[in-house]
Amino acid sequence: MIRTRGLCFEAGGRKILDSIDLEIRQGEIFTLIGPSGSGKTTLIRLMDLLETPTAGSLFFNGADTATSSAGRLAIRRRMALVFQKPAVLNTTVANNVAFGLKFRGMKGEEIDKRVNAALDLVGLAGFGGRRAVTLSGGEMQRVALARAMVTEPEVLLLDEPTANLDPVNSELIEDLILRINKKFRTTIIVATHDMIQGQRLATRIGVIMNGKMVQVGTLHEIFYMPRGQDIARFVGIDTTLKGIVQENDRGLATISVGQALFEVVTPARPGQDVELFIRPEEVVISPDAAGVPAKSSIRNHFDGTIRKMVPFGPFIRVTIDCGFTITSLITTRSCEELGLSIGTRVRVSVKASAIHVVPATG
Amino acid sequence: MSDIVSGIFQAVNLIVTLDPEVMQIAFLSVYISLSATIIAALISIPLGGLIHFHNFRGKRGLIILIQTLYSVPTVVVGLLLYLLLSRSGPLGFFGLLFTPEGMILGQTILIIPITTGLTISALSGVDKSISDTLLSLGATTFQGVLQIVKEARYAILSAIVLAFGRAISEVGVAMMIGGNILNQTRVLTTAIALQTGIGDFPFSIALGIILLGIALIVVVVLNLITAGLSFQTEAALGGPRT
Repeated sequence: MIRTRGLCFEAGGRKILDSIDLEIRQGEIFTLIGPSGSGKTTLIRLMDLLETPTAGSLFFNGADTATSSAGRLAIRRRMALVFQKPAVLNTTVANNVAFGLKFRGMKGEEIDKRVNAALDLVGLAGFGGRRAVTLSGGEMQRVALARAMVTEPEVLLLDEPTANLDPVNSELIEDLILRINKKFRTTIIVATHDMIQGQRLATRIGVIMNGKMVQVGTLHEIFYMPRGQDIARFVGIDTTLKGIVQENDRGLATISVGQALFEVVTPARPGQDVELFIRPEEVVISPDAAGVPAKSSIRNHFDGTIRKMVPFGPFIRVTIDCGFTITSLITTRSCEELGLSIGTRVRVSVKASAIHVVPATG
Repeated sequence: MSDIVSGIFQAVNLIVTLDPEVMQIAFLSVYISLSATIIAALISIPLGGLIHFHNFRGKRGLIILIQTLYSVPTVVVGLLLYLLLSRSGPLGFFGLLFTPEGMILGQTILIIPITTGLTISALSGVDKSISDTLLSLGATTFQGVLQIVKEARYAILSAIVLAFGRAISEVGVAMMIGGNILNQTRVLTTAIALQTGIGDFPFSIALGIILLGIALIVVVVLNLITAGLSFQTEAALGGPRT
């Protein structure tokens, strides 16, 4: 649907996007995730043809978008963009939703019909006569979504659509995005810094960092097999360890990390320098020397001391020193039941299949 | 003190009886200043838009120049225009000196900086995200600009009200270009200046009250128009729903 080749964008002598190669498929929800300032917004604006790339090309349905301004307008009219901060014009809600149709030369009853349908879609039926500037943030963002959808775009671009909203309104918008994708088969591209949102929405995810597209893949690939430490940290992998593969017995490798030995499911060869990524929710904590149930499939056990405990919503992020540092995410409740506090000796367990191994970089 | 009191009584009398001379002067004042305001607005809104939506060298300097001209003395405009329009001047063949049309021209020149400068400010007041939104919705450049001007309508309207105020209250151009000729170019301000000069305070006070009254009416009418603008959009959608 949209394809970029070597797409670059520079502003003020600074490279904001560096050689982006990307293919967005028809009908998918593609989320662009990355930290603030990584270039997500710029990429979205380039895709909507609001900006012109300084190098590289961008194709819409196979057609090069580097064309006359009339040609670019025609392509832009097949897309719609919802911004992070919805800008509504100082008129009624219905007029705000109607703009895209009026710009396309539509008139009278057809506009009314479509506007009402669009407001209905976003759950704002009957809001047409209200003044748009008096709406709440969540309502404004839904108006922006209705305004975008009313033109029946083939591609819907959303730039951090929920960044300014509370959790309830965010969920409402996310549900709408999913519903729109299902109902109209609209190709949707969402930029977000919120991992969880990326996870909820996406068919595929692209990770963008410092202007570079560092990894594109399915949810599972990004979350469990991040390519490199920066991505790992961004997708919520707290523990990254450097190690050397000692031996590999038909896919079950023994990897030394300092003094400790890990058993990991990986094809990595003996002698290879590797990095181990461990998601905190895969790390189980039990009281020290409690013994291991005979039938447990967990192969890695280490004893250590709790060094740090940081509340994280209904969870607590516990950092344990086992000679190496490992982080575990446990519920506040089980933390209380286990009577954990800083200095407590505990046993840490990780499954051999829950550790992701990549070749060491640098 | 007694002058003021009797002035007020006489003013009320002149107004209530619709004194023909007073009415004629008041009507001419409104005609000239309103014409100048409309012409200035018709020139300034596109001109302000042109300046705002284009980036060129010296844009800042131009805006500073325009803002400086907000306070150009009315007599300076009067003097320059007098030199241009006088029979021996380069534009003398138009025969505009000492005519209402000449006064309209003078007042238009006087207030164009205000309407242009404040139109630019009004447009700058519209958030950049609005123009991005309009473009992303598929607006052509012209459709986008038109919508942004509409978005700035209240600020532009108040610029026009201010400009009308400057036009109807100025004496310099009216006196130098108009000449204060009875039944031809005498307007409220020049009449007040003259009547005060010859000691006819009550008449001056009456004209002063009328001047303020006209200002009040114009402001009220413009506010009604503004309210009507937003009402029409609602009416078109079947009335406000709450």
